[in-house]
Amino acid sequence: MSERKTIDARGTYCPGPLMELIANLKLIDVGDELEVLSTDKGSASDIPEWIDKVGHEMVSSTEEGGVWHIVVRKTK
Amino acid sequence: MRILIVGGGMGGTILANNLARRLKNEVRQGKAQITMLSASEQHMYQPGLLYVCVGRMMPDELYREQASLLEPEIEFHVDPVEEFHLDQNSVKTKSGKTYSYDSLVIATGSRPAAETVPGLAENSVNCYTEENALEMLRQVRDFKGGKVGIVVGVPHKCPMIPLEVTFVLHDYFKEKGIADKTEFHYTYPIGRLHSLEPVAKWAQGEFAKMGIKTKTLFNMKEVDGKGKVVHSEESETVDYDLLVSVPPHKGMEVIEKNKLGAGGFIPTDRLSLKMEGRDNVYIIGDTTNLPISKAGSTAHFEAEAVAENLAALIKLGEPVREYDGKVFCFIEAGRDRATYAMFDYNHPPAPKAPNKAVHWFKMAYNQLYWASARGLL
Repeated sequence: MSERKTIDARGTYCPGPLMELIANLKLIDVGDELEVLSTDKGSASDIPEWIDKVGHEMVSSTEEGGVWHIVVRKTK
Repeated sequence: MRILIVGGGMGGTILANNLARRLKNEVRQGKAQITMLSASEQHMYQPGLLYVCVGRMMPDELYREQASLLEPEIEFHVDPVEEFHLDQNSVKTKSGKTYSYDSLVIATGSRPAAETVPGLAENSVNCYTEENALEMLRQVRDFKGGKVGIVVGVPHKCPMIPLEVTFVLHDYFKEKGIADKTEFHYTYPIGRLHSLEPVAKWAQGEFAKMGIKTKTLFNMKEVDGKGKVVHSEESETVDYDLLVSVPPHKGMEVIEKNKLGAGGFIPTDRLSLKMEGRDNVYIIGDTTNLPISKAGSTAHFEAEAVAENLAALIKLGEPVREYDGKVFCFIEAGRDRATYAMFDYNHPPAPKAPNKAVHWFKMAYNQLYWASARGLL
């Protein structure tokens, strides 16, 4: 059973949602998911770009009231 | 109320002194007790290591006796904690003693973990410990020119270090007269030169003027010391003759051993700074898992918020404020210019152009730090 951990990066600028995602991916098991909450609209494009580049999996990306919920799965 | 502070770094020290000032009467009357447990009798001003690695500060300038920084109301022991028994409200130390508490603050910090990237520890220099900074000084002093690779792991302490170490080294080689024989290759884990967008834009212009080459979306996978090349998770490479790293960091081993948080970082509420699921345990500084800068100023502002709330709990029976996410970072832009970035959960940073005045203020702060640690600034 895969687990999902949430990173609440709303209103945080440094290190920022993508860097937090990269750091937290090291701490979870292959198959587990990370959900990033971000108020930075750039996350909706830069997280998928990086995920695609390194070969993890994008699960979903949605926006609710100015907050992006981006879910990725660790694949390796 | 017995308040136990585990960790004698910047966060723990500011917290203890701030509390001691607020609770002088309560300590005297026996209504409050403040105890600090630290792993070291020395306190180091860690940002000074940036200057040690280019010979501008000596290591002994960075240390003070921890006991000399603390208010007399604080009971201080050099006796590192080995076991946390949160259900019993107690900790056990290396000496075998058990300390019980009503409120616990964990401020054990983070550590560079170069060993987590194959080949990084053996083949790069960094400015995160005294030993490493002195080794970096030896290597940059002997450097005759060639490719300087800057590689950055995540998470890392002090978000400005990747830029600062590049600027400071660039000026060092310029003064040494080998700038024309030296080629900088700066890499960064995300798609711009720094996590703060305005800082990244400013750095782009500065790097262009200095002829510094850049590669973004570069996360170290391994370092090939024989081939002198760094491979990234994104299947890119960077060649080097001198490799300067900002190693990925982990929390302290005791946090991982006690299963308080993955990677040694403890799950923390972003406003109350309480450990998730615990009402009487607070986490400050690098020890939190909060997605904010691992910086001395973060620890400082968090320590003030927790100190105010713990004092208010004793005096009023309830907390009075929340941590607002405030961070302040100086940015050294070379040998004689600097700027700063300040932001919180609701206000993005808007750094100004670097100037000499901010640089000299940073130089002054390198000494004022000791007043800050004492809770005076």
